Amino acid sequence: MNKPLAPNDFEAYLDRHENKDLLRFLTCGSVDDGKSTLIGRLLFDTKLLFADQLASLERDSKKHGTVGEEMDLALLVDGLEAEREQGITIDVAYRFFATEKRKFIVADTPGHEQYTRNMATGASNADLAVILIDARKGVLTQTRRHSFIVSLLGIRQVVLAVNKIDLVNYSQDVFDRIVADYRAFAAELGFERITPIPLSARYGDNVFARSENLPWFEGPTLIEELETVDVSRDLNDKPFRMPVQWVNRPNLDFRGFSGTISSGTVQVGDKLAVAASGRVSAVKSIVAMGEDDKARAIAGEAVTLTLEDEVDISRGDVLSAADNRPAVSDQFSAHLIWMHEEPLALGRTYLLKLGTRTVRASIAEIRHTVDVNDLSEKPADTLKLNEVALVHVTAQEPLAFDPYAENRTGGGFILIDRLSNLTIAAGTIEENLHRASNVHWQALDISKGARANLKGQKPAVLWFTGLSGAGKSTIANLVEKRLHSLGRHTYLLDGDNVRHGLNKDLGFSDADRAENIRRVAETAKLMVDAGLIVLASFISPFRAERELARSLLQPGEFVEIHVATSLEVAEERDPKGLYKKAREGQIANFTGISSPYEAPENPEVVLDTASVSAENNAETLVSWLRAGGYLVSSEDWVI
Amino acid sequence: MKTGERQSAVSPDRLSHLKRLEAESVHIIREVAAEFRNPVMLYSIGKDSSVMLHLAMKAFYPSRPPFPLLHVDTTWKFREMIRFRDEAAERAGMRLIAHTNHAGVEAGITPFTHGSSTYTNIMKTEALKQALNEGRFDAAFGGARRDEEKSRAKERIFSFRTENHGWDPKNQRPELWNLYNARIRPGESIRVFPLSNWTELDIWQYILKEDIPIVPLYFAAPRPVVERDGQLIMVDDDRLPLRPGETPQTRVVRFRTLGCYPLTAAVESDASNLSEIVAETLVARTSERSGRLIDHDEQGSMEKKKREGYF
Repeated sequence: MNKPLAPNDFEAYLDRHENKDLLRFLTCGSVDDGKSTLIGRLLFDTKLLFADQLASLERDSKKHGTVGEEMDLALLVDGLEAEREQGITIDVAYRFFATEKRKFIVADTPGHEQYTRNMATGASNADLAVILIDARKGVLTQTRRHSFIVSLLGIRQVVLAVNKIDLVNYSQDVFDRIVADYRAFAAELGFERITPIPLSARYGDNVFARSENLPWFEGPTLIEELETVDVSRDLNDKPFRMPVQWVNRPNLDFRGFSGTISSGTVQVGDKLAVAASGRVSAVKSIVAMGEDDKARAIAGEAVTLTLEDEVDISRGDVLSAADNRPAVSDQFSAHLIWMHEEPLALGRTYLLKLGTRTVRASIAEIRHTVDVNDLSEKPADTLKLNEVALVHVTAQEPLAFDPYAENRTGGGFILIDRLSNLTIAAGTIEENLHRASNVHWQALDISKGARANLKGQKPAVLWFTGLSGAGKSTIANLVEKRLHSLGRHTYLLDGDNVRHGLNKDLGFSDADRAENIRRVAETAKLMVDAGLIVLASFISPFRAERELARSLLQPGEFVEIHVATSLEVAEERDPKGLYKKAREGQIANFTGISSPYEAPENPEVVLDTASVSAENNAETLVSWLRAGGYLVSSEDWVI
Repeated sequence: MKTGERQSAVSPDRLSHLKRLEAESVHIIREVAAEFRNPVMLYSIGKDSSVMLHLAMKAFYPSRPPFPLLHVDTTWKFREMIRFRDEAAERAGMRLIAHTNHAGVEAGITPFTHGSSTYTNIMKTEALKQALNEGRFDAAFGGARRDEEKSRAKERIFSFRTENHGWDPKNQRPELWNLYNARIRPGESIRVFPLSNWTELDIWQYILKEDIPIVPLYFAAPRPVVERDGQLIMVDDDRLPLRPGETPQTRVVRFRTLGCYPLTAAVESDASNLSEIVAETLVARTSERSGRLIDHDEQGSMEKKKREGYF
């Protein structure tokens, strides 16, 4: 493909290239089976190496090479210094090549057991696995482990590459014995197709060119298999699913829901349901830049949908076909691959991310672990690095999901440790379990932390400060609604509900304003002790009083939000006509006109209301709270 | 295979490979906007940045992307790049933050006086860290691709950075499916690479298909250059110190990659439109980054720079 092309051919070439199919596959197997060498061979034989890469390869081969005077093709893919020095692969590397028929993305995954999590990373997005076996060693534990994980992650097409066949004199007996061993082991793994190929990555036998050394072999070469294997998963034929990533609200007239269609197709007019709430509406439009009047979208496309009705939908919801909805439940069984040195603790709260939703969840029970050697099932009460088990997951809120076998996006999840923030496990959902009686809560002392834990939140005061008319109450109201819909416990304190009761004896002199804020701060503190998220919306013009409010609370509990807008803009809005009155001298001590506003120097959050809509500001704040851990409870937080 | 008999490999109900790449990138960009408090998009003005910006526009349409653009200006960029940068931000309707390490400028750090390695460290890596710290950004998009260089081939799409912006290549978070772990502590950050799975050819084809504007320096034109250590360096202004015997001469050249002009070599080429560039890319025998002198300093140099916080 590197021959110079005539102009006419060139247009045709581009067209063909643009419409090529894409195959994503991984190479896996034990250490030293020759995975990196095989990929080096594919790049070398598809002539995708550039002159300077070849020069650098020759230089590296002399320095680190393990094959004497020849070029060590493995050095093409082992990218990290540590890998080149140690001659091993630590992390998954992605490589790209193309033939006349297809484009390929290869994940070259490490063989060492300790790096199995990196192998799983490479396998999760692959459609096919090339499992390498060293012809001299046959099927090893790591071959079995990788085959099992490949199967668990839903890959149904496998190429069994019996490599280094040159080192066993191209023996058919050796090849047949290995293939028989492997088939016996893999019978239970549910592969649809296993294609065994004897090859030598180092010399190229049966990689691109049919080998003259293997006349007894009648199957395809590796590249023939990769170019022709059918891996389509017919996602379009499955029920429509789209996890909502982002609510698109550029202005009050447009409300779109952005996400990637994980299965099915959608047309304008289709009836969709919000899986968790059950609300139904019809698709009004499919919005995509540069594609006006788009009438239909298919699985894999990233789109924005608008609906006929005003339906409350936010990030984490799943839009689904109204007549074929996912399960919604807080209990399900799943296979779990443990990926961290610290073992699984039953009952501990982890974060579970599924689609665009993150919830607190724990593992209630380990049904059994799976021994990778013989796939036998064993009881266990914990799960260590690289172990796999069937478990029972309890989520603290109901989730919409599909079994992983039906839909990878709908049933694949990760667990995140809340302290280290590391991804510690990957899971694939097997089935829904409705058995709420199995869950037992531990008794706790009734402290602020305990109250907050029960509510699944970190109590805090969200202190909105800014000029009159800046938009404090509007945003605070939206945020409160949003938190409420997320199942959080909140209370909104503002001038209206405080000045008519608790503070009705106070006026607007500087001293009274200070006392007003002091009382509000003390009230907010009591509410934080009760475990609530308090939204306090007050002009609160003086830094000193806001600092007083901050000092009453623990670090992290006081979130100062500057609702920022210029005096000009606020005065132009003048929703209550107060600026006009102040200008006319009817109101004394009016902030911004006849009394100063001291803007916060280091607020936790600044919301610009001059150019950003209240909805988007509210969304920003909720995201900030989520990122800051305010919306997940934490046992460690008990005081 | 007889070409005449060939049918298109992709039916109307299957996404072409460019459509799949586009959808994956859009998904990544939206995840960042939804999960981070204060993201920023690194905008380096090159073709990859142009594609990344275009994808961001698509991701949020009809809204504007909800984050600003950040350009680390070493003061040695081609003048045409700076002009293009300002126009691109204007077209996108996005805020542009241009950051220069002024301490470096005052200390007289230039590519000539301190060598490309020190210069890059101070004017790019340090400057980038300054800008990220000043803006308190918790996520930063970069346009790097895995096919560019060996250590990049190993990097995650969400790449964790410590408080000091360091990368630990031996201890990356597992990253399965399209589930990205965005959890960090205050001060830590994530570098996000939405173009990870694109190749150079994909980028050009997408630019062609979507009609994306790019800096004119990518197209061949007569330009003043000097030949230095086997590479063609453009004399973009009179700050380039000429060595004895060097006289700028006009040659028809273009750039496959853009950076600081004294560190970015031109190639002789007649490719003056996009189709010709793509055709040339198909037969190119020198990989793209070889025009970037900073990679040549030492073995594993990109990995080292990345550990220190470079993109």
